[in-house]
This record gives sequence, structure tokens and C-alpha cells, in this order.
Amino acid sequence: MKALAARRHHRSAPVVLLLLALLVTGGLYAALVPSSAGAAEATARDIEYGSELFQANCATCHGMNAEGTQDAPSLIGVGAASVDFQVSTGRMPMEANGPQALAKPPQLTDEQVAALAAYVASLGYGPAIPTAEQVDPAEGDPANGMQLFRTNCAMCHNAVGAGGALSEGKFAPALWDSTPTVIYEAMVTGPQAMPVFNDANLTPEEKRDVISYILAQRDGSPGGIELGALGPVSEGMWAWIVGIGLLVACSVWIGAKSS
Amino acid sequence: MTTTIERGAAAGADYLDQRTGIGAAVKSFARKVFPDHWSFLLGEVALYSFVVLLISGVFLTLFFVPSMAEIHYEGPWAAMQGVEMSEAYASTLRLSFEVRGGLLMRQVHHWAALIFMASIVTHMMRVFFTGAFRKPRELNWLVGFVLMILGLAAGFSGYSLPDDVLSGNGLRITDGVVRAIPIIGSYLSYFIFGGEFPGQDLIPRLFTVHVLLVPALILALIVVHLLMVVIHKHTQYPGSGRTDQNVVGFPLFPVYVAKAGGFFFIVFGVIALMAATMQINPVWNYGPFDPSIVSAGAQPDWYMLFLEGSLRLMPGAGTEWVIGGYTLSLNVLIPAVVIPGILFSLLALYPFVEAFVTRDTGEHHVLDRPRNRPFRTAFGVAVLTAFFVLLVAGANDLIAAHFYMSLNDLTRIFRVLFFVAPVVAFILTKRICLSLQRKDRELVLHGHETGRIVRFAHGEYIEVHRPLDEHERWLRVAYEPEHPLEIAPPVDSRGVRRKGYRLDKVRQRMSQAFFEDRIEPVTPAELAAAHSHGAHDELEGGSHVASPRELEGSAPGGGRTIAEPADGSTPDARNR
Repeated sequence: MKALAARRHHRSAPVVLLLLALLVTGGLYAALVPSSAGAAEATARDIEYGSELFQANCATCHGMNAEGTQDAPSLIGVGAASVDFQVSTGRMPMEANGPQALAKPPQLTDEQVAALAAYVASLGYGPAIPTAEQVDPAEGDPANGMQLFRTNCAMCHNAVGAGGALSEGKFAPALWDSTPTVIYEAMVTGPQAMPVFNDANLTPEEKRDVISYILAQRDGSPGGIELGALGPVSEGMWAWIVGIGLLVACSVWIGAKSS
Repeated sequence: MTTTIERGAAAGADYLDQRTGIGAAVKSFARKVFPDHWSFLLGEVALYSFVVLLISGVFLTLFFVPSMAEIHYEGPWAAMQGVEMSEAYASTLRLSFEVRGGLLMRQVHHWAALIFMASIVTHMMRVFFTGAFRKPRELNWLVGFVLMILGLAAGFSGYSLPDDVLSGNGLRITDGVVRAIPIIGSYLSYFIFGGEFPGQDLIPRLFTVHVLLVPALILALIVVHLLMVVIHKHTQYPGSGRTDQNVVGFPLFPVYVAKAGGFFFIVFGVIALMAATMQINPVWNYGPFDPSIVSAGAQPDWYMLFLEGSLRLMPGAGTEWVIGGYTLSLNVLIPAVVIPGILFSLLALYPFVEAFVTRDTGEHHVLDRPRNRPFRTAFGVAVLTAFFVLLVAGANDLIAAHFYMSLNDLTRIFRVLFFVAPVVAFILTKRICLSLQRKDRELVLHGHETGRIVRFAHGEYIEVHRPLDEHERWLRVAYEPEHPLEIAPPVDSRGVRRKGYRLDKVRQRMSQAFFEDRIEPVTPAELAAAHSHGAHDELEGGSHVASPRELEGSAPGGGRTIAEPADGSTPDARNR
């Protein structure tokens, strides 16, 4: 201890201390940062392949290094979840300019999406693709999910996720065919007009509850054909078409029999 | 030979007759003649769906708890476990999931309500477009109108009972509309809800309105409505032999007793079929009411949708005025009170307006063909168009989402359409009516086209027409066209101003608007002229020497026409 105390006024002490502090901070950051799952498993080869895919499919709008252009945002820090959501649902690469990117059959294979996600994740820290356990609807609580869904989601996506309109041609899509992973990614990245529901807003467990509620809607609902689950408008339309249609047909039949 | 059953029935009937004298009533009623047409059954659909509503409604009251007390749900529906909700909502869930047949009865009740309102509207359309509201039936039109308003009240109060998010949203809008009424609005809102919205009192109050007050009024008015039909006798469609002095049809017993009795089961069957196969108002999807929540696609049932559309179309900016610290919410008042008020007043008062304009004091039991009253038909279509634009505007978000359109553009389009579409519909309908009348004239004068082209020996071609038979002709010529009123001059012969001239002037102006454009029916003289011309051709057909001018008809396009013998069985002279 004496030797250390004797040298504390050495002129190189501040430099050594500074280096030590940097080393500790860097080491702690490296140890404690929540590493994104995709990035952790991604090999250099994946990232290299993803980079090539990016140059071929995305760079025209998002820039050669994903730094963004005036037509499209920067993708540095959007994370693997965002890439997986946009590309696996076919929204990206975008087909045409419009109020919002439409879902369509995906243009890249699953491996290509994974590589692309790994590449974008390597550019900066962002939300990772959730694990299978994080999105397992069987582990969620649909009753809690129902309350969260009604408070946070139903005003755009409709009470059971049948979709709804937003302003100027934008819309909240129906959730009938969305996979649990895609739903989770949408909540955590907030694509297009959708707000971000980060982990402080909705905890990962609560997100799983919401997914559990959405998936429970697909089991069907008692009472017969759901008529699109769109509420009184479609019910009224069918009351006129089927109900009044059948009854007028019967009236004509009864009226015609006598004469 | 009489069987035991027949003897028993006779004895029972005799027992009743000796004590109530019902025999005479049954006898006269059973022999009452009713005319026959399918559109006369639309009112019956409304009556029968009301009966279905009563039956299914009684079942629902056995299980529904009209209380806003908060409880925690314990039941089979997983997505609601432990959720806090009102007893009204919980008992609706119990009805849906635990009571045997409860969900079916709920769906029967709700589908029957939609069919009830839809059949009232179609019945009203039939009465309006055929002029069945004319003297002596103006008061019955008003009774029917009040029945429709009561139907709206019944539907709305029932829709709100389950206390789910969707119906709560509707109540919140109602609260807003009530508050928009100047001066008394906020007091009225507190009175209705028993305090600040939503309060604790509303569901029990709505329950009383829905199961007691409104149904009793509807039932009483239905009795009045039907009694008046019996007193006035039923109207009949125009046709050969039908006049304002007779009724052509079948006796009530056995023809209509069988038909009407059978039709009740058809109506019940159609409603039951819909209730068993099509889901309606799945309250478990919307969740218990919470004032902070609105889900996308929140709309009322179809018969209230025009109000929703009216509110959606009204621009908000600049229409809310603050005068001396008081807010005047024209953005709610105009779409929710003024516009429906105007449209419904037009509907209720139309029979009196038309009577004022025509000064017609005669009784009418033969219906009008809509084409023969172009103004009325066009006016009705215009009002319906305005309602329809509002109705579709109430679903503008669903249209936008499902057809990938801009919600904002749609709203702007509907705003323009609300004013333009009724005018266009009016002009188009009137033109179509006049054209149909012209076609009737053409048919009466020249007969049906047969598609037979005949060539004469000298090379000329003519088209053979077949004259209408008497029944067809009756339908097309037996109506009185209305003419614009002639009024007395403003001053009499001594130059003194005449009383009531101004009112007469208004009447004349309206009458001109109503009846300026018209097509006169074919007169007997015109018909005789047209026929002699045809007969002439017929006589000389064999060795044709008629000058071309005699053959010249007034067929469209200036073509030549010739009449075929009325009796199709006689061999055509020209074809020998």
C-alpha cells in the first residue's frame, strides 16, 4: 500500500487512473448491456450476408450504410425486431409509396430476414427479436390482456383486433393472421403510425398477456358467424340483406299464391 | 254425421256466444274482405317481429339484473376472470354463457329488434310511395310515425342495458347531445343520469323505460293502428274493377287467417334462423363499460346510425360559440337535433302538406302508382337519400379501412353528398316517373311491340303492335292527374283586397312546384282515335292500298306502327 501511496503524486497517475476508469466503464458496459439475442448469435458471416442483402434491397432508400435519406429513415439503432417485423410481413421492401406500407407476401426467405436483421442490429443497439417463451400465448393471462388491449389497442385495432381506420388513408391492420412474434415486435418497435409500447409502458409479461388475448380471439366466439366482428354496421347490413330479403321473398311468395 | 270433437267445439262456441255475444263480431269480421298484395305484408312483418320481441324479452327479464353495482366476474369466460364490472353486464354474460338457451334468446331478441325497425321503415316507404296516407288515413300515418319513434326509443334503451363499452359510448354521445341543448342541457343531463355521467341510476331507469313504458305505449298504439285499418278498410292497388267505393279481395276467414297465421311462423322462423347462425352484439368482446375507452368501429345499431353519421359529418371548428360565459355547441346541436328534427318533421307532416297543396277533400282507397305522382315519389326518394348518406357516413371509418380510402376525403365527400345527392335524386326520380308515364301513354295508344315485321307486296315494311287488353289499359289510364291550382285574383270586382289571398298564393306556388310537370293519362277520345287508325289498317290489310300517311304512327324515332287484332286467335289477314 505504501508503494502505491508514494506514487500517487507521480505525474503519470492521472493518465493511468483515467485509463483504468475507462477500462472499468467499458468492461461493465460490455458485461451489463442487454445484448440483443439475434446479434449475440449472429456470426460475422451472417452480418456479411445481411450487408449484401441490404445493399441489394434496402440501400436505395435507406442509404448505403443505413444512415437514411430524405425518402426513408435511418435504420441505425432500430434493432433486429424492427427488421424482422417489416421484412417478414412483406411491408419492406416497400412496393409503392402510399399512406402506409402494405403487408404482402414476404420477398426474402427466413434465413435472409435473419441475416438482414443481424446486419441492422450490428449497426447499433435496438430491440431484439423476442424469444419463443416471451411470446408464448399459453403463458399469458387473457383476462389481463383483455383489459390492456381495450385500454391501449382497441381504439385503433377494434375490440377484437379486426382493424380500423386512421387519418388520411392510414389504417390499423386486422390482427387475425399476425404471429405472436410479429405482434410483440410491433408493440416494441411501433411501426408506421403505431406508437411504441416500451418495457416501461407495457412490461414483457403484459405484452404476453395482450398476445394471449389476441390469439384467444381466433378460437372463434359463441353465437354463430361473426360477420367480420365489425359491430352493429355489419349486423344492420345483414339484417337488411338476409332478414328483410328473406321476409320480402316470403311475402311475395304468399302474395302470389292466391292470384 | 258429426263427430264428438265437432259437437264439443260447437258446444264451446255456443257457451261463449251466449255469454259474450262474440258470434256476431266473429261473423262480420270473418267475412271482411281484404285486398291482396305482397307489400301489404310488410306491416305484418313489423307486428310479428314485435310479438317475437315480447316473447324473447320476457325470457331475458327472468335473468337480467338491472343494476350498476360493481362486482368481480366469476364464470366460464376466461377473458373476463376477476374483471370488475356492473351486475347488469355480469348478468348479460351469465345469460350468454350459463343460462340454457340464453344466448339464442338474446340473439333472437336483438335480430328481431333490427328486423322490427327495418320492416317499419319498409312498410312506411310502401305507404308513402303509394299515397296510402291520404284522406281518411292521415291520422293513422301519424300513429305509425309515432310507432316508429317509439321503436327507436325501445331499440336505443334496450341496446344500452348490457352496460358494455359499445353501448356506454352511445350513452356518452346521448349525454353530450342532451348537454348541447341551450340553457337546460346540463340540468337535464344530471336529471337523466341522476348525477354526473354515468352515475348509478341509469341502467335501472332504462330498464323501466325498456320493459314497461315503451312496450306498453307501442302495444296500445298498435291496437289503435290496426283498429283504424279495420275502420278505414284496407287500401287496394289500382286495377280493373277497383274503385274508391269497393274492396276487391278475399274474406279474412279462411284465406287471410291461414296466410297471416302462417306468416307469423315464417317471420319467427327467419329471425330464429338468423339468431341461431349469425352472431349479434357479442358484449363479451367489448368488455364492461369504462368511460375512458372507445374501440375502433364504435357505432350504434343501424336505425340510429344516421345520427352518428350526422355528428361525424359536422365540422367542429368554429361551430362552438361561447356567449357571455355560456357555451353554445352548434357542432352537436345542429347534427343531432336540428337535422334529424327537420327530416322527421318532413316525414310526419307530409300528408298534411300534400292535402294543403291539392285542396283534395275526397276519400281515397285506391293507391297511387308511384310514377303517377312524380313530385311525391321524387320527394320521398330525396329524403331517403339524405338519410342514406348520413347512414353511410356513420360507417365512414369501416369504409375507409376496408376499401383503403382516406377517412378525411370520405368525410369531405359525404359532406358534399348530403346536400347534392338529395337534389340529384329528386331530379332523376322525377324524370324517371315522367318517362314511365310517357311509356304508359305510348303503350295504351299503340300497344305492345310484338317483334313481328311485315312486308307488303309493294315492298314496304311495318311493325305489328298488339293492343293492350282491358286490364292492362285500366291500370294505365285510371288515375286523375293533379293540376296546379287556379286561384281567385287578389282584389274583387270592386277593387277590395280579398282575405286569404296570401295563403292562396303560397298554395298556388307549392302546387305549381308539385304538379307543373305532369303527363296526362290517355283520354277515351285519344284512345278511340288511335284505335280507329289501327282498325283501318286491319280492314285494308289484305290488299293493301292505304296511303303511307295513314300508317304513320307516333312511335319513338318516327317509325311506322300498325295494330295487331286484339284477339290473338284470329288469323292475321296480312299473312294469308
